[in-house]
Amino acid sequence: MSQMLILAAEQENPLIPPIPELVIGLLAFVIVFGFLAKKLLPNINKVLEERREAIEGGIEKAEAAQTEAQSVLEQYKAQLAEARHEAARLRQEAQEQGAALIAEMRAEGQRQREEIVAAGHTQIEADRKAAASALRQDVGKLATDLAGKLVGESLEDHARQSRVIDRFLDELEEKAEAAR
Amino acid sequence: MSADPTQVLAFETDCHIFSGCGFPAPGLHSFLFKPLWGDGDSNLYFNKTMLLALLGSIIIVGFFWAAFRKPKVVPGKLQMVAETGYDFIRRGVVYETIGKREGEKYVPLVVSLFFFVWMMNLWSIIPVAQFPVTAIISYPLVLAVIVYVLWISLTFKRHGFVGFFKNVTGYDKSLGAVLPLAMTIEFFSNLLVRPFTHAVRLFANMFAGHTLLLLFTIASWYLLNGIGIAYAGVSFIMTIVMTAFELFIQALQAYVFVLLTCTYIQGALAEHH
Repeated sequence: MSQMLILAAEQENPLIPPIPELVIGLLAFVIVFGFLAKKLLPNINKVLEERREAIEGGIEKAEAAQTEAQSVLEQYKAQLAEARHEAARLRQEAQEQGAALIAEMRAEGQRQREEIVAAGHTQIEADRKAAASALRQDVGKLATDLAGKLVGESLEDHARQSRVIDRFLDELEEKAEAAR
Repeated sequence: MSADPTQVLAFETDCHIFSGCGFPAPGLHSFLFKPLWGDGDSNLYFNKTMLLALLGSIIIVGFFWAAFRKPKVVPGKLQMVAETGYDFIRRGVVYETIGKREGEKYVPLVVSLFFFVWMMNLWSIIPVAQFPVTAIISYPLVLAVIVYVLWISLTFKRHGFVGFFKNVTGYDKSLGAVLPLAMTIEFFSNLLVRPFTHAVRLFANMFAGHTLLLLFTIASWYLLNGIGIAYAGVSFIMTIVMTAFELFIQALQAYVFVLLTCTYIQGALAEHH
């Protein structure tokens, strides 16, 4: 053990700072502070800021992409909905048109049928009338002829004037009517 | 015991138990160093702690130089480690206590203080050096005085003369009759005792830590004779345990030192209520 140091220790109070150590301590700290404060920390701060910006830029880009994707999706959905709506509208229209067409055709058919039926009726009536008048004439003539032959003289002129035949025929018709 | 002034180790290598040699207990003399250069009696000398202090500065600057000289946006391993340390002090200490807006200005000082103190503490367990530079009161005192001067000037700048007085004495009308007593205590505690406690807290921790390490280390060697070998083993295990503990204390004390620094700065900047 160093006697000198022990003697020195007895005199020294560890709380009394030796001056040279103060100076060197200050110097050592100033070296560290100088390098860190003036050069190295500003360096790293700049880079940290750049990194923060890069990360934020990336986030912003991602956000922009997401927004765009969202808007495209919405647009697409809107288009799809519009197309569906359009299709529904077209189907509805087609149905309506079809129904109208069918109704129209049905009405037309009905009309034509009625026309045909009416025409038929008219024709039948006309034919019947023609037949009736022809028959009446023929029957009258035949009857007169027959009667003339039976009587032996021509009753034609007389019959026409006396209207016998008509009366006969009317009676005949009445009988037929009653028999029916 | 020889009076060898050139002795390098903290104890004599041929001194063991049962060999008529007393236990060379560590003491104040363990914290005195023969000058490597110059004369110990004058104030012109250079010793081990100064060498370690300057070497420590160079190591810190070298480390951060390697890490931050050409920093990259995508960091390498070394830059990442340095950034983690830097960020820990910046966010974990400065922003937490002073706040981001006002604290930004003091980040370089606090970061420098932390790594400086930590490095000086670390010397305690670095082989061959094995002495915490901060166990010499001068080193913590210089740092405490820097903080003290900054605190005083900031308080003056922020609050003016009357404001300074109110800030330092913790002037608070609501205290009523106790006010004079409270002001006296606060005045002493803030203005006179603060730099002392700030420095001594660090100094005493490292001083005690080094003494403990010395005690177990010396004992391990001293007991290495006869039956003492068994006890030497226990002492050696304690040396290892205490070394690990010191590793923790060194970082903790550096953290406490800068945390107090930030608290003082925050107190100077805060509006007094």
